[in-house]
Amino acid sequence: MSEKSWKEIPIGGIIEEAGNADTYETGSWRTYRPIWDAEKCIHCLACWIACPDSAILLEDGKMVGIDYTHCKGCGICAVECPDKVSAFEMVLETEAAEN
Amino acid sequence: MARRLTLTGNDAAAEAMRQIDPDVVTCFPITPQTELMHKFAEFVADGEVKAEMVLVESEHSAMSAAVGAASAGARVMTATAANGLALMWEIVYIAASNRLPIVMPVVNRALSGPINIHCDHSDTMGCRDTGWIQLYSENAQEVYDNILQAVLIAENPHVLLPVMVTFDGFIISHTVEVMDALEDKEASDWVGEYEAKYSLMNTEDPVTFGPLDLQDYYFEHKRQQIDGMDNAAAVITSVGEAYGKLSGRTYGMIEAYMTDDADYIVVALGSTCGTAKVVVDEMRTEGKRVGLLKIRSFRPFPHAEIIAALASAKAVAVLDRSVSFGAPGGPVHKEILAALSGTGHTTSIVNYLYGLGGRDISLNHIRSVFEELETVAGKTIPADEVRFIGLRG
Repeated sequence: MSEKSWKEIPIGGIIEEAGNADTYETGSWRTYRPIWDAEKCIHCLACWIACPDSAILLEDGKMVGIDYTHCKGCGICAVECPDKVSAFEMVLETEAAEN
Repeated sequence: MARRLTLTGNDAAAEAMRQIDPDVVTCFPITPQTELMHKFAEFVADGEVKAEMVLVESEHSAMSAAVGAASAGARVMTATAANGLALMWEIVYIAASNRLPIVMPVVNRALSGPINIHCDHSDTMGCRDTGWIQLYSENAQEVYDNILQAVLIAENPHVLLPVMVTFDGFIISHTVEVMDALEDKEASDWVGEYEAKYSLMNTEDPVTFGPLDLQDYYFEHKRQQIDGMDNAAAVITSVGEAYGKLSGRTYGMIEAYMTDDADYIVVALGSTCGTAKVVVDEMRTEGKRVGLLKIRSFRPFPHAEIIAALASAKAVAVLDRSVSFGAPGGPVHKEILAALSGTGHTTSIVNYLYGLGGRDISLNHIRSVFEELETVAGKTIPADEVRFIGLRG
């Protein structure tokens, strides 16, 4: 992202483009990576509702995976996933990256 | 066709607001502003205006609601004084930083403590760095005229900054004066319709207001605010001239009263300028070359106009109605010294502190100041020398 001069940006800190947080890739912030187990998942979508980064990917109303370019690794998905299901495992990013 | 009215300063402000009929007026009462909003609330209750009046539980909320409404694209006004302005403080900065053209009459009153409800300029001088334009008014006529002009100044696309129109508590706010007002149609044509560039209500083209703005862009946004304030100088002047064509009363950044050939000049803001004009008139009939420099726009500060107006004076008295504790002189004095620095001026400049907490300033006080100026001409006055008017020994 090239930084612009004060003459090139909207005044007052206005962000004119809606939803442009999508272009801000926050995945590199992660310390822990949520690993999703498709076998265990019951598709209740509690994780999708709670995810602050809209990083739970759906297709036809069912969970299909995690958007790691935006997932910050906050672990809310793992907490919100029903205890009887526990479809997420939080793994240290350094260990996950090796696998 | 002017309407001649007999109004207090507060009622003059309410009359201007009635004619502007903003979309939203937020309000919390505080002496000596209360009667202003009391009068405007009557206009709302009587159906004379369409404004949405939002009654809140504090001034912090009054300014917050104003910021919200202005972000939604509304033309917004509120009003306050002293401790109310102090409680607004945080959001006062945000209004300017978010470039929201809110217009706010501020009825100048001493800040507590000890508690005091009477006039001085400690409230508005304290927020001279908030990014708001500040217009000071001499009398009820100017209160009315300044509020009508403030709308156009604030909303100018090259400015987009909020404006405080200040007037002295009780001295102006509660004193009945004769003044002229525009016809309703003239006033509503003058302010026209406001169309905000951005609006929270525009779901077709949504934007984000007030996002986190860190090391990478905050500085650039402050630079833009400096630019808006710089642009305001020309806009204040052009709006003042256009208003002159409409009303017969032309306004500039300053009013130079008998300064052209003056050896001795008093610099002041607000109602004291009216008192000083009487003294200037009297002393002129005695053959004294005296004048008054009234600062109408304190923010932006009219450096060039002040340098020109003070150029030939032998001695100048700068009257401050607020203290900048620990600083060399009051806030107006410091700005005058800064304006003149580097110009090679040889004028002797004396700072006078006066009128705190509503302490009266009389014709004789100002006459004494002019007489003192005659004795200091040609002398170097230390920048931190402060003299006091009307203070017991």
